[in-house]
Amino acid sequence: MKILVCISHVPDTTSKINFTDGDTKFDTNGVQFVINPNDEFGLTRAMWFKEKQGATVHVINVGGPETEPTLRKALAIGADEAIRVNTPATDGFSVAKQLANVAKEGAYDLIIGGRESIDYNGGMVPGMLAKLIGANFVNTCISLEVNGNEATAIREIDGGKETLKTSLPLVVGGQKGLVEESDLRIPNMRGIMQARSKPLTVKEPADATSETVAVSFEKPAPKGAVKLVDNVDDLINLLHNEAKVI
Amino acid sequence: MSVLVYTESEEGKFKKIALEAVSYAKGIADAMGTSVTAVAINGGNASELATYGAAKILEVSNDSLTNFNAEAYADVVAQAAKKEDAKVVILTASANSKFMAPLVAVNLEAGYVPNVTGLPVSTSPFKVKHSVFTNKAFSFTEITTDIKLVGLAKNAYGLKEASAAGASENFAPNLDAHDFDMKIVSVDKATDKVTIADAEIVVSGGRGLKGPENWGMIEELAGILGAATACSKPVSDMGWRPHSEHVGQTGKPVAATLYIAIGISGAIQHLAGINSSKVKVVINNDPEAPFFKAADYGIVGDAFEVIPQLNEKLKEFKAQNA
Repeated sequence: MKILVCISHVPDTTSKINFTDGDTKFDTNGVQFVINPNDEFGLTRAMWFKEKQGATVHVINVGGPETEPTLRKALAIGADEAIRVNTPATDGFSVAKQLANVAKEGAYDLIIGGRESIDYNGGMVPGMLAKLIGANFVNTCISLEVNGNEATAIREIDGGKETLKTSLPLVVGGQKGLVEESDLRIPNMRGIMQARSKPLTVKEPADATSETVAVSFEKPAPKGAVKLVDNVDDLINLLHNEAKVI
Repeated sequence: MSVLVYTESEEGKFKKIALEAVSYAKGIADAMGTSVTAVAINGGNASELATYGAAKILEVSNDSLTNFNAEAYADVVAQAAKKEDAKVVILTASANSKFMAPLVAVNLEAGYVPNVTGLPVSTSPFKVKHSVFTNKAFSFTEITTDIKLVGLAKNAYGLKEASAAGASENFAPNLDAHDFDMKIVSVDKATDKVTIADAEIVVSGGRGLKGPENWGMIEELAGILGAATACSKPVSDMGWRPHSEHVGQTGKPVAATLYIAIGISGAIQHLAGINSSKVKVVINNDPEAPFFKAADYGIVGDAFEVIPQLNEKLKEFKAQNA
């Protein structure tokens, strides 16, 4: 089985979010970048397929050279090869187009992305990619088994879960549940050393136009001070008469 | 030309988010000088959609679509959009909407923006405001394609009544074998519990509760308020509560009217996930807990004392205000 894991290069979850150039660009100053957490659950599941079912695992990112440390980290975790499509990730559709181009050439059986990236929260790349290459698609995937050409996936629905049977080629939008938090791997020294000599191929982009353009950004208005009360009667009174939510 | 809105239903009844989506579609249609067409798949009573501004309702009745199926549902919405020459298509933030949205987008060659927080800032160019960085910021984004696909954030617009003709029409989409490549084996859904996605009020517990055996009072509080229960990431990582209750950046987003956090310190990842809730209450024994900076109301106190008192007083309150 050939697996492609799509890796988004995103600010660490603890990052303070700021913008520059008149609020038109994300300020990367002092920001630590990581593998998008939803993608990391997928990557770790891919490692399971590699170790238990002999799968080959490639990772891919669409972005500039600054994303390569993130791809190297994925290699250190255990992916076999990395691909970087050398173009800025401008919107979900153009990223999906670039991925589709590589996915078609590589004839992957399984493509794993995250339910959404934690930066732009688009949640569209895996689904668009699936549609562009004519593969099956499961979103918010919390469990995945593959047996031959058949796949069994569980997806989270509002208020529960749903078990699905489908066939390869398959694209999933994954999240926590694909593996547990405690299954995530911190690269060890051996992995880091090996990652240095694993192939990281830079591909030039295919033609793809963006369909959306982020014009500017804004931060939420600063929050007023909390009203502290010292008994539950006051709290109920405020929630009923002031906030009018109960 | 029209604004097309997909209206989600459950067991033959339109969901509240569907009515909110119709209200929102009506707002956009008014701004663009056109009307709203709703598409409903095995939906509820169509006249209900007219109350919120649907001029026309395309009703799909098809037994093979009894269960949600992203591929097929996306085809229905895309075909309806083409038939109606829709320039704007509205979906919501439900799990099913977010599942089908990218498929609809590719089918219609429509630029898609999810988590949109209100009416477009302008309709020409078509520019919307939406939350990014998990509610830590907003982006103003232009959709440059001919057809625009908009995913409305939860609880972002509200219900607005606006009477419209509501002419109902049967719509029979063309579905092919690929639409049914995915087979549902089983659905596991608690029908007696309020879900985080649908809840107006969410009661959430953190590590301060010391162990899963102490969730009785949280469930009681949720029961009194008709609320959903949720938890912080450490609580779900330790297995005290199921993953499906984990709210925050890597868990579920919460956009409730009232969010009550008990024994949750308020890590930045947690706050991001619940930020779009309207009113936030924190109960924590540590006055330095970061959550107090993000909350509207707070009690510094021991949850094991405060929550039983709160439950008793709320029962009295509910009895008086029933």
